[in-house]
Amino acid sequence: MAESRIPTVVVDDVHITYKVNGARTGRGSATSALSRIASRRQIPGVREVHAVRGVSFAAYKGEAIGLIGSNGSGKSTLLKAIAGLLPASRGRVHTHGQPSLLGVNAALMSDLTGERNVVLGGLAMGMSRAEIRERYDEIVDFSGINEKGDFITLPMRTYSSGMGARLRFSIAAAKNHDVLLIDEALSTGDARFQQRSKARILELRQQAGTVFLVSHNNKSITETCDRALWLEAGRLRMDGPAKEVMAEYEHFTKKR
Amino acid sequence: MVSQTTAPAPAKTPPHLSPPVYASGELAALAARHGLTVSGARPTLAAYVRQLWGRRHFITAFATAKLTAQYSQAKLGQIWQIMTPLLNATVYYFIFGILMKTKHGVPDFVPFLVTGVFIWTFTSSSITAGTRAISGNIGLVRALHFPRASLPISLALQQLQQLLFSLGALVLILLAFGQYPRPSWLLAVPALALQAVFNTGVSMVMARLAARTPDIAQLTPFVLRTWMYASGVMWSMDKMLAGDRVPHWVKLALEANPAAVFIDLMRFALIDSFGGDQLPPHVWAVAAGWALVCGAGGFIYFWKAEESYGRG
Repeated sequence: MAESRIPTVVVDDVHITYKVNGARTGRGSATSALSRIASRRQIPGVREVHAVRGVSFAAYKGEAIGLIGSNGSGKSTLLKAIAGLLPASRGRVHTHGQPSLLGVNAALMSDLTGERNVVLGGLAMGMSRAEIRERYDEIVDFSGINEKGDFITLPMRTYSSGMGARLRFSIAAAKNHDVLLIDEALSTGDARFQQRSKARILELRQQAGTVFLVSHNNKSITETCDRALWLEAGRLRMDGPAKEVMAEYEHFTKKR
Repeated sequence: MVSQTTAPAPAKTPPHLSPPVYASGELAALAARHGLTVSGARPTLAAYVRQLWGRRHFITAFATAKLTAQYSQAKLGQIWQIMTPLLNATVYYFIFGILMKTKHGVPDFVPFLVTGVFIWTFTSSSITAGTRAISGNIGLVRALHFPRASLPISLALQQLQQLLFSLGALVLILLAFGQYPRPSWLLAVPALALQAVFNTGVSMVMARLAARTPDIAQLTPFVLRTWMYASGVMWSMDKMLAGDRVPHWVKLALEANPAAVFIDLMRFALIDSFGGDQLPPHVWAVAAGWALVCGAGGFIYFWKAEESYGRG
């Protein structure tokens, strides 16, 4: 491996196991909960899921990496581990700086206006007030929230899911991240927003950041990423140029 | 462990696409060479304090935003900031002043009661807010990285801002009942500062507990109500504890009760007829001790689980 490339994320033989509580039976009933506490027996239905099974790779500055694989192959779990939101049960994730994960489900502060969310989100990411003031218009324009009227002054709970996702992406993308992890966030926006976010990802890469993208949209992976990791059943199956891995993946999915 | 799927059929992977095989320790060495840090590891206490200081603008802005959003759905809006504590005090006056006549022997009962209610509300609402600090902002915690202690600290600050509104109302009530400003009013500043530190510490403890066990939030109101009745919010503890009716250790425990200490200090500062003889012994030392122990202890307790918030 050429030492001239600088690694930003090193995933070293990572295994992730987590407990799923929802699988238990009779969770909703008070009597069953009481008897469970009283008898102190092992809660039935709590299952351990071994979602990621020994994945190793190194990502470098300026790379955009697409994670592909069928549903439940461990892509989102791996992203969470890289972001430091899920502990690895074995192995380690080393990162340069603090990676930021953008998911579709993360609501910011729904009772506050979009405007406040931009300011507070920026402050929470460690931007200064001056920086936010400088970039405020850019963030709002990028999100396209105000294209159909003055929506930025409305509470975020009034936004459609697409609008919310767009604003969140715009806030997070306003800062130059060393490592940005994007989980299906792009698929929520309309075509124009997707164009803008692709351009922004390219910019982040040029500023020597690393971008990870999970998407089921094969086209957006090949258009945005130069490298792809193919996960299947928690194992890394292929690792290489996005177009070639994607061709193999498409061939594989057609065969099934 | 339950195996979820069967291993995929061996694919004909082109050699240049197969994942590279690393020797044991090779990747760790690569990471070490470039100074990468382990993701999701808890920062040291000193680094954590530095990070938190870096987010001070977030903490204050979040508190103000929450304060203004609080009544944004009400028609009267921000007027409720002052109306809520006043209505609270009115209810307590009706029950404890008129119906139960606990005012016997307490001069200036209305200022006495209102001070007690406002100061108690400061502590109780800080603690209630603390239980929701992480669980109520889970979206924010999962989306962005920032020292999580910003949330309980910010919510405690919001309660302090709320208290300042209440104090505005309190001053009007004091003036209306013939309590005029005098130098001892300045003692309110250190008393409130100590109480704010105490509140923040306790709410950080609650934030960690409730983040792990959401059921805590259901239990808190009952604990708080019990604590309120033991804190002399609506009656004079000094009069109740007089004589030999209560055992000595109960008396000591009630006198050391932090809520009672902070309430008494405020009454001593603001009300003429509440003299120093009604204060428990070493009251400032007790107040400072509570603030120090709970403030520092709560912060360290919260920090110890920093990497676990928002997971799962």
